[in-house]
Amino acid sequence: MIATTREDFREILRLVRPGARVLDVGCGEGELLELLTREKSVDGQGLEISPAGVAACLARGLAVVQGDGDRDLDHFPTRSFDYAILSKTLQQMREPKHVLSELLRIADQAVVSVPNFGHWRVRASLMVTGRMPETRALPDPWYSTPNIHLCTLKDFVDLCRELDLRIDACAALVTGKSARPIDPTKPLENWRSETALFLLSRRTEERAGAVPTDLFGEVALPAAEPEAPKRRRRRA
Amino acid sequence: MTAPATATPAIEVNGGTYRFPAGKGLRLDSGATLEPLEIAYKTYGRLNEDRSNAVLVCHALTGDQHLASPHPATGKPGWWSRFVGPGLPLDTDRYFVICSNVVGGCMGSTGPSSTNPKTGAPYALSFPVITIADMVRAQAMLVGALGIEKLFAVVGGSMGGMQVLQWAADFPERMFSAVCMAAAPRHSAQNIAFHEVGRQAVMADPDWRGGDYERHGVSPSKGLAVARMAAHITYLSEVALQRKFGRELQRDGLSWGFDADFQVESYLRHQGASFVDRFDANTYLYITRALDYFDLASQHGGVLAQAFRRARDVRFCVLSFSSDWLYSTAESRDIVRALNAAGCRASFVEIETDKGHDAFFLDEPELDRTLRGFLGSAAQARGLP
Repeated sequence: MIATTREDFREILRLVRPGARVLDVGCGEGELLELLTREKSVDGQGLEISPAGVAACLARGLAVVQGDGDRDLDHFPTRSFDYAILSKTLQQMREPKHVLSELLRIADQAVVSVPNFGHWRVRASLMVTGRMPETRALPDPWYSTPNIHLCTLKDFVDLCRELDLRIDACAALVTGKSARPIDPTKPLENWRSETALFLLSRRTEERAGAVPTDLFGEVALPAAEPEAPKRRRRRA
Repeated sequence: MTAPATATPAIEVNGGTYRFPAGKGLRLDSGATLEPLEIAYKTYGRLNEDRSNAVLVCHALTGDQHLASPHPATGKPGWWSRFVGPGLPLDTDRYFVICSNVVGGCMGSTGPSSTNPKTGAPYALSFPVITIADMVRAQAMLVGALGIEKLFAVVGGSMGGMQVLQWAADFPERMFSAVCMAAAPRHSAQNIAFHEVGRQAVMADPDWRGGDYERHGVSPSKGLAVARMAAHITYLSEVALQRKFGRELQRDGLSWGFDADFQVESYLRHQGASFVDRFDANTYLYITRALDYFDLASQHGGVLAQAFRRARDVRFCVLSFSSDWLYSTAESRDIVRALNAAGCRASFVEIETDKGHDAFFLDEPELDRTLRGFLGSAAQARGLP
């Protein structure tokens, strides 16, 4: 087992194919890139906003550009990477939709993880306390949370459909446990997945020479029709 | 090659003046050939056995080869002695650091005050116009003459950073890594405008004598001092000037005249006056011109990324300072964008400081940390101990 405390790192490590070109958006101090470089011999590049993070990456010998995922993704030429990784920060972006489409302009595939606001703890927290939910995955009070664009699994799947993205794989992440492959379109998963990690690609373009890293099989998205009112769900 | 050793106890310092062999002049971008050619240089530390630990540092507009040893004219410590020495980011126990005076300079390299072999008098304005690429070509010849096939790093700030970029465009196979600080890929209209003010100040001094001041035994020091005063403002930031001087007066009360009432006036006058003791007016004209002519993209069909297309194996570190308005962060980002587009391995750091353009000379812990991190990991990749 790879020594890392972050369950999403283990999953990303599994998804990325060896020798790939990887852009890690919001790479922090470069732990993931270093791991990917060591274990998968990737050709890595980081984008990080904090000077301390950038300095730490440089000291690790990583290539890193100081910048803001919201503003500076235009640094990178179209299709210059095999993977663009955005781990647990999409919900902190000012324009998540734009960022998501930028990731898939720059790279053939994007690895994106998002906390699920549809998780039962979140729903229960709001329902019981009547206050903004504070959970394991979303621990900050409303006035100081960096998470300004939260979504549920269902919302995220809708956005992928709108951007014409294919979900190549999806896994539910729970702290301290191994990842569980899921079909994110299943309502039950929207209740029970705390965080979901997606492997996405463009649907419209053929990926020349890319071998799909399809671990769980492509997830068939239901056609975009307004959902009929469902029978009442039991309480979670 | 003469090599007078002036070793301090801590660093091994060598250097001298390299005279290019007869018949081996420098072909210039202007079409002229400069011959004879001498390049004055200094070295710090020791070249290792497989000659893989050499770092070339390129100096800025008014800098020189006295990088980490006292300046012979002023007696002050070398201009980058904060960063070059044992245990410092450019660790002389580890690297062999070379710094040469640019062609056109006035600290021993062939320049407008050198003797024109055709006339036996100083070149003055008969010296050919030089470019950043000419400076780099002369450096490459020197590095070759020192027996170094591939530099471990080429490092420079401001005009030195432009030379680093030019190195990457012209001699990428002869460098392993590159550090470009507080530079730009081209001179902007504002940059050219400030330089023109400086040149006009020099040329308006009656002692300039059409450039022939040396033959007349005079010096346009008033004009050169004014040029330096104007330029010096561009090296600082508004915040730093305000913090350092505010509206503080030199004496109690105003003079109700044109003496240097304000401390900032006195400071600038001092900057101008001390500059003329160590710098040549014609060199100032030639080097500012070389900077104005610099536009790396235009040498490559207007596409900056094309300049770096052969430099994919070079590791780049681009640095800017947040309060630098001479060569701003946006311009450094342009460089990074082009490097990325060319498929180069590039890192970029914007250092938060209010010290302006000149921050790369100053005590900036973040700069220290960045240089250490980048060079240290590059050294590891290069297999340097």
